[in-house]
Amino acid sequence: MQAIALRLVNWRWARPTAHALCALPLAWLAGRAALGLLGANPVEASIRFSGDWALKILVLALAVTPIRQLAGFPPIARYRRVLGLWGFAYAVLHLLGYVVLDQFFDWQNIGHEIIKHKFITAGITAFLLILPLAITSTDGMIKRLGGPAWRRLHKLVYLAVPLAALHYIWMVKAGRTQPALYLAAALLLLLCRWGYARRR
Amino acid sequence: MLIRRPDPIKPSEITPRSAWMSRRQLIAGAAAWGMLPAAALAEALPNLRKSDYRVDETPTPQKDITHYNNFYEYGLDKEDPSVNAPGKLKTRPWTVTVDGACAKPGTIDIDQFLRAEALEDRVYRHRCVEAWSMVIPWVGVPLGEVLKRFEPTSNAKYVSFTTLYDPAQMPGQRSREFAWPYTEGLRIDEAMNPLALLAVGIYGETLLPQNGAPIRLVVPWKYGFKSIKSIVKISFVESQPKTLWNSYSSNEYGFYSNVNPAVDHPRWSQAKEHRIGEFGRRPTLPFNGYAEQVASLYAGMDLKKYF
Repeated sequence: MQAIALRLVNWRWARPTAHALCALPLAWLAGRAALGLLGANPVEASIRFSGDWALKILVLALAVTPIRQLAGFPPIARYRRVLGLWGFAYAVLHLLGYVVLDQFFDWQNIGHEIIKHKFITAGITAFLLILPLAITSTDGMIKRLGGPAWRRLHKLVYLAVPLAALHYIWMVKAGRTQPALYLAAALLLLLCRWGYARRR
Repeated sequence: MLIRRPDPIKPSEITPRSAWMSRRQLIAGAAAWGMLPAAALAEALPNLRKSDYRVDETPTPQKDITHYNNFYEYGLDKEDPSVNAPGKLKTRPWTVTVDGACAKPGTIDIDQFLRAEALEDRVYRHRCVEAWSMVIPWVGVPLGEVLKRFEPTSNAKYVSFTTLYDPAQMPGQRSREFAWPYTEGLRIDEAMNPLALLAVGIYGETLLPQNGAPIRLVVPWKYGFKSIKSIVKISFVESQPKTLWNSYSSNEYGFYSNVNPAVDHPRWSQAKEHRIGEFGRRPTLPFNGYAEQVASLYAGMDLKKYF
């Protein structure tokens, strides 16, 4: 099992494949948009789709370290940044969709919604929390910040993902199962890390 | 009201009922097996009278009206009802029971109703509580005209409406999340307002299952969820009836639920709406633009309290 996994992550096309897999939902969205297959409300469809994938990929990114620790499989760590950045990319699309397609740069209304409506507040906060993580994701920035400070900063993701899941839960009229699963997954993964850190 | 010009001979008088019923079954069967597009389930409604109640806005395309629906009996996603309802909902035979505080309780048979009523073609704005909107050319009869025939008594302060309850036909009703069946209600004066419509069609054709076939309510000055679908029962009652969304979350969905840009949903803004087919958002109008016709119903009421 370990051997197969090792060969897989060391395969020379492994990283491009990871990127391609992460880009697949975006290609699907773009294709359907081009063909006019996003339904009666393409604005809502593309915003929901990008937000959903941002959350999915960020939850996967959160799973990387626990898998590394619990399965004792260090090479997987190199995919954490790939996943994190793709999650961020979908979050950017999600936010752009809201600002441009939904609100059409109505900054006054956007400001009002951020202050008044907790699901928007949670969403924008989650985005602002992962923004510095994306900026400091380069090797150069890791060196400049230094390992311990960088790791401390990047713990923010454990605040951002549950907030993003809450943003989703507070947005829907009914059917909270899927967003609740994201929230549960994020909290479970956080628990894994705590458990691991305490054992050591 | 009773003086009407004799109708021209209707197709239904020439073709024997058994023939068109079996034709209808054939079509429904074919559609259920995916041999025909679901739209084939809709039949043209002849002899429509163009009503004066027509907003001067471009109607939303039929495809969007029939494929973007909230009908939780068939799933939570907007496309779910158009996929799940056509094969499942049996719209014939269909009767609506009318009972409660009235002198002449009785029933409405849908086929009789379609033949006998002077159906009107009306174009209304439709505003969902989720802040999207459409413009829909409905076919129907003023609700008040129908209700009057059952002679509501002075105890009839409210009217309650109930959707079909049959989890075999409406699989969403197996979910425990909601207090099925779907129920809605109006104050009697709201129900008697000429804008309230008992709808049987859209775009000159009978309603598709996903739009609440074969008969539904349309209350254009209220959020869409008040316009209950696939009605099987109408009751005249003395006290404010229980309604599904109000029971689900009373601080979010009031009994009145009049469209009001000044009163936000606790979790999102109602000031603007996304018109299906447009980008950005347009301002939402008080009473969805029908203030002139209905604002007087709420004179002296605090609409922030009775939202």
